[in-house]
Amino acid sequence: MKKRLISGLLTGIMALSLVACGGAADSQPTAESSDAASSSDKVWKIATDTSFKPFEYTDDNGDFVGIDMDILTAVAEDQGFKYEVQVLGWDASIAACQAGQADGMIAGASITDERKESGWIFSDGYYDANQSMAVEASSDIKGFEDLSGKSVAVKTGTMSASYAESLAGDYGFTVTYFEDSPTMYQAVVGGQVAACFDDTPIMASNIKDTGIAMKIVDGTGNDPAAYGFAIFNADNQELVDMFNAGLKNIKSNGKYDEIIAKYLGE
Amino acid sequence: MIKIITVYGPMLLIALGRTLLLALLGLFFACIIGMIFGIMGVLKNRVCNVISQIFVDVIRGVPMIVLAFFIYFGIPYLFNTIIGGFSMNLTALQAGTACLALNCGAYMAEIIRAGIQSVDPGQMEAARSLGLTYSQAMRKVVLPQAIKTMIPTFINQFIITLKDTSILSVIGFPELVNTAKNVQANTFMSFQTWAIVGIMYLIVITILSRCAKMVERRLNVGR
Repeated sequence: MKKRLISGLLTGIMALSLVACGGAADSQPTAESSDAASSSDKVWKIATDTSFKPFEYTDDNGDFVGIDMDILTAVAEDQGFKYEVQVLGWDASIAACQAGQADGMIAGASITDERKESGWIFSDGYYDANQSMAVEASSDIKGFEDLSGKSVAVKTGTMSASYAESLAGDYGFTVTYFEDSPTMYQAVVGGQVAACFDDTPIMASNIKDTGIAMKIVDGTGNDPAAYGFAIFNADNQELVDMFNAGLKNIKSNGKYDEIIAKYLGE
Repeated sequence: MIKIITVYGPMLLIALGRTLLLALLGLFFACIIGMIFGIMGVLKNRVCNVISQIFVDVIRGVPMIVLAFFIYFGIPYLFNTIIGGFSMNLTALQAGTACLALNCGAYMAEIIRAGIQSVDPGQMEAARSLGLTYSQAMRKVVLPQAIKTMIPTFINQFIITLKDTSILSVIGFPELVNTAKNVQANTFMSFQTWAIVGIMYLIVITILSRCAKMVERRLNVGR
């Protein structure tokens, strides 16, 4: 009885793996032929973050949307290039671009000299944003002075992380690193940290849409920097040029303002 | 590579220290939890068996990352918002230790239960017929044999737990992986950073495995 069961299972597994192999073998030629048919226009692989509302996030219908996604669609339409979005997360997007698994990334990346020096190649800026501090809604923290001895949350590798790091010594707080904004906000609301630093439009949009019990502290913003589309390999300069040209066009024909209004409202 | 070592080396070493601290604390409590539930699993008492089985099933059935989020964010939320009245907040180290201890404890409970049950029941019967009480027979005859069979599995579990500390990077505890992500983000040298971190884990785990093997040989002398 037992032997029968095992042999049955094994046969099942083998059959399944045969089907899987067959499937893969079948799909290969079709993929190649479609490539050959449109060999003139390359499909650019664009990496992005998983959750950076309202720049990229999954909406209630399960669609991946956001300002970055819409701008990319509009620019690609305008310039007539094909692309494929890879939702990898911030760190993995950078790594994928460096390894050549992705051609470029659009993830609300602030254009900074430091990043340019370390190998990022940016497009023109497409949105100006600054970073500020937010605290739990009923918190009595009024500014950086109240943070002494406390811990604040930031997202690894972001502008807000460097902003918080630059203040940590002067105001005597420690910095805790989280992987994404939702976890970070959770830590603020749950009281695990006293405050968090993030891009102002992101926090404003999250507070507005989800009603999360947080408030942005006035007067804690830094100087705004522009977000840019980025590549890490000079061979893909063509992609940046197309992005810049497309961005110019959608700004002049009103498409850009439409996208911003759609996500950030009045 | 050189830049990461010279600039961020000390930071990564401190993080490695935190990883080890977390693993040791987690393992210490895991041993206690494992022993309690493991022994409850073999007692001739239906209630104890069922409690032990439920504990193992629940903890083993939940991925550690879910357990980590639940302990760090969920429990304070439960206390502060749903039950209300008083605030209870765990630090990331406390939550991480609890998470590792529960997770590893559940596996240890099963290792201990299986180890004891692997000893031929005839051993217990023979000991009892020679006039030993149940607890004497357990301590003097069954457990010494059971522990020997458990050791390789224990060592394996220790190593798995040491590596599982990396999962706790998600709750912001600055252990090795959390710090490495930060170094990577600051330097944009992801491959070099992960290579260094991989080597650090490899060195520590190899040293520990060798020590464990030595202990195993010592204990097996009588066999």
